[in-house]
Amino acid sequence: MSTTPSRTEVTDLPPVSVDRSSGPDPMSPTARIVYAIIAALGAVGWAMIAFVRGEEVNAVWFVFAAVCTYLIAFRFYARFIEWKVLKPRDTRMTPAEEFENGRDFMPTDRRVLFGHHFAAIAGAGPLVGPVLAAQMGYLPGTIWIIVGVVLAGAVQDYMVLHMSIRRRGRSLGQMARDELGRVGGIAAIVGVLAIMLILIAVLCIVVINAMAESPWAVFSIAMTIPIAIFMGVYLRYLRPGAVTEVSVIGVVLLLLAIISGGWVANSSWAEFFTLSPLALAWWIIAYGFAAAVLPVWLLLAPRDYLSTFMKIGTIVLLAVGILVAMPVVQMPAVTRFASDGAGPAFAGSLFPFLFITIACGALSGFHALISSGTTPKLIEKESQARLIGYGSMLIESFVAIMAMVAAITIDQGTYFSMNAAKALTQGTPEGAAEFVNGLGLTTPGGAPLPPIDAATLVAEAQAVGEESIVSRTGGAPTLAFGMAEVMSGALGGAGLKAFWYHFAVMFEALFILTTVDAGTRVARFMFSDALGNIPGLSRFKDPSWTVGAWIATIIVVAGWGSILVMGVTDPLGGIYTLFPLFGIANQLLAAIALTVVTTILIKQGLLKYAWIPGVPLAWDLIVTLSASWQKIFSGDPKIGYFAQHTRFKEAAAAGEVLGPAKDAGDMQQVIANTMIQGIMSIVFAGLVVIVVAAAIAVWVKAIKAGSLPTSEAEDVPSRIFAPSGFIPSEREKAVLQQWEEAGLDPSPAAARHR
Amino acid sequence: MFRGVVGADAYEVYVEHQQRVHPGQPVQCKKDFWRDKTDRQDTNPTARCC
Repeated sequence: MSTTPSRTEVTDLPPVSVDRSSGPDPMSPTARIVYAIIAALGAVGWAMIAFVRGEEVNAVWFVFAAVCTYLIAFRFYARFIEWKVLKPRDTRMTPAEEFENGRDFMPTDRRVLFGHHFAAIAGAGPLVGPVLAAQMGYLPGTIWIIVGVVLAGAVQDYMVLHMSIRRRGRSLGQMARDELGRVGGIAAIVGVLAIMLILIAVLCIVVINAMAESPWAVFSIAMTIPIAIFMGVYLRYLRPGAVTEVSVIGVVLLLLAIISGGWVANSSWAEFFTLSPLALAWWIIAYGFAAAVLPVWLLLAPRDYLSTFMKIGTIVLLAVGILVAMPVVQMPAVTRFASDGAGPAFAGSLFPFLFITIACGALSGFHALISSGTTPKLIEKESQARLIGYGSMLIESFVAIMAMVAAITIDQGTYFSMNAAKALTQGTPEGAAEFVNGLGLTTPGGAPLPPIDAATLVAEAQAVGEESIVSRTGGAPTLAFGMAEVMSGALGGAGLKAFWYHFAVMFEALFILTTVDAGTRVARFMFSDALGNIPGLSRFKDPSWTVGAWIATIIVVAGWGSILVMGVTDPLGGIYTLFPLFGIANQLLAAIALTVVTTILIKQGLLKYAWIPGVPLAWDLIVTLSASWQKIFSGDPKIGYFAQHTRFKEAAAAGEVLGPAKDAGDMQQVIANTMIQGIMSIVFAGLVVIVVAAAIAVWVKAIKAGSLPTSEAEDVPSRIFAPSGFIPSEREKAVLQQWEEAGLDPSPAAARHR
Repeated sequence: MFRGVVGADAYEVYVEHQQRVHPGQPVQCKKDFWRDKTDRQDTNPTARCC
């Protein structure tokens, strides 16, 4: 890495850390009062959504309950973890300071890094999961999104970040290898790779469901590719480095693409942009391959800028929209699908499938890949990890709450018509109305829901500029519909509803396609690297070997592409059959991350505090392994892949055709798909069991020995200072004062942001 | 602040670093820097979350 010039004696500098030996600052009387008020407000919020279940629950209470809980958790629980367990040492250089090279290793202002880290962890997952989970009512999902993030998700992100900082910014896979030994390490790396493939495939199904048979959506999303290429060329040849400028141009072009999508949908071109799910799947596969082999500057980098811009803008917009429109909740607190497991969006009862479905908004294993590797190379001080790791994840959870609000404030009839597979609704408004009216839905107050009619569904589709909204599964269209209602409610103008719907579809697609192209590229390098370890194939390690790059890319794309094609052609509905696998995969990745973190604590002799990541780990394992168990062994064909497999196989042998299959070909497809899905469930669960077993062996050894050495890098004395929270504390202000008096900049690398 | 979040200030960061840590050494021009930066990403992709 870079060579920092001669390090002069550290003693000639003002302090690089506040004195942490005497423990945390006591709370001032003002702070006590403020937190007492926050706690009271939060309690009112919770009481309103949990107990006061009249006909009218306002969505604003969700915001209160969530935000107040986050503030309390951040102030008390995260600080408890900081002072009792992780004990950051600001006298120590972070990888950013130690290896500063002006590029990827660079101390960055904490406020900038907070935004940067959040933009990297936020994606489509927290938007989609809560929407599907809403079928069980608003309460179970809301509780898990908020409680889960406080006790599990944010803890994972924070601890992984801290431990990666202490290990020179090593990735999760490397830490697993270092701490769990060879077998556990290999299982973790194979697991991460397999999980990435299923994540990409399912995200593609989500976006395809929003684009299929919708010329408006297909046109505007297709336009993002020429827009990105234009931005790429602009940045490389015309105005290098004009990122803000080109992003603004890109966003304007994007809005133009959304508006002109409406014209295209009403013109003779509409037919050209009306594509079947299968055709779209092939287009996305071609796109994924191209994006992974083309130079980054042409497509990936500009797309990423565009996506970051849209991400931050849209999330702020939605939050403001909810606060202004103050929509009323339409969904009951708990629906019958929570207990009978017969929900149309996904099968299975509340435990374990609610937790599997919400996934990213409460606990996301994927974040461990950002918290290790990327962010440690940019953080100024160890003590900032609480703000960056724990804090950013709280915002992600808030995004999930907003998605939940968008889903529960639309009409129940619309919600269930959109989220039931075609097999249930026949894909027609009449079929959907009949199906929904037969569900026995109730209003939030408990009265039977008045029946809906087909004409309403047709009118609602027209209002958002779509041919039909029936069976638009996958969560993205529902969220777009909810967001269109919120935004047109906040700003007025029902005529803009179609614009907002397609705006939301577009921004979700942008997120997802960014994940698809970046994910394919990352997976390609992981795969080449893994192949390179096999004797005789070491050439794969050379990134400049084009043939190897192509081979690895083809294999990776074929991996997720085959799952994608299977999903979009599945007679049972791709989201219905595959979304559980997506959730299980992400939660299993979280299990790997939490296992690594728990192992490090135990090795350091901190067994007393191992429950902090250990309890979420145990819960996560119970949830994911019992979900896997049910998916593998359940005798109910709706839940168990193999039960469904046997059911269709026996029927096919008897020459019967079982609905929703229409012919013998469909029957064979269901038979093949259920087998593959069952095998994937076994592989995922098996890999995680190996990782955990390898970890337990290490735990036993470490507990016997009292402690074991970990791969923590040795201390290098820091030479910079920066506050740990958004606002400097009194003691931090005093230190900053000393730097000022000495005429020195406390953190010159990050000075540009101040 | 916003430019930092989206990474628009990468060149200024680099120039500041170069002048402070490697004084006297050549500083890449803006165009070359950005070209080099994106070309590095070809082999060092950063993951985006789901």
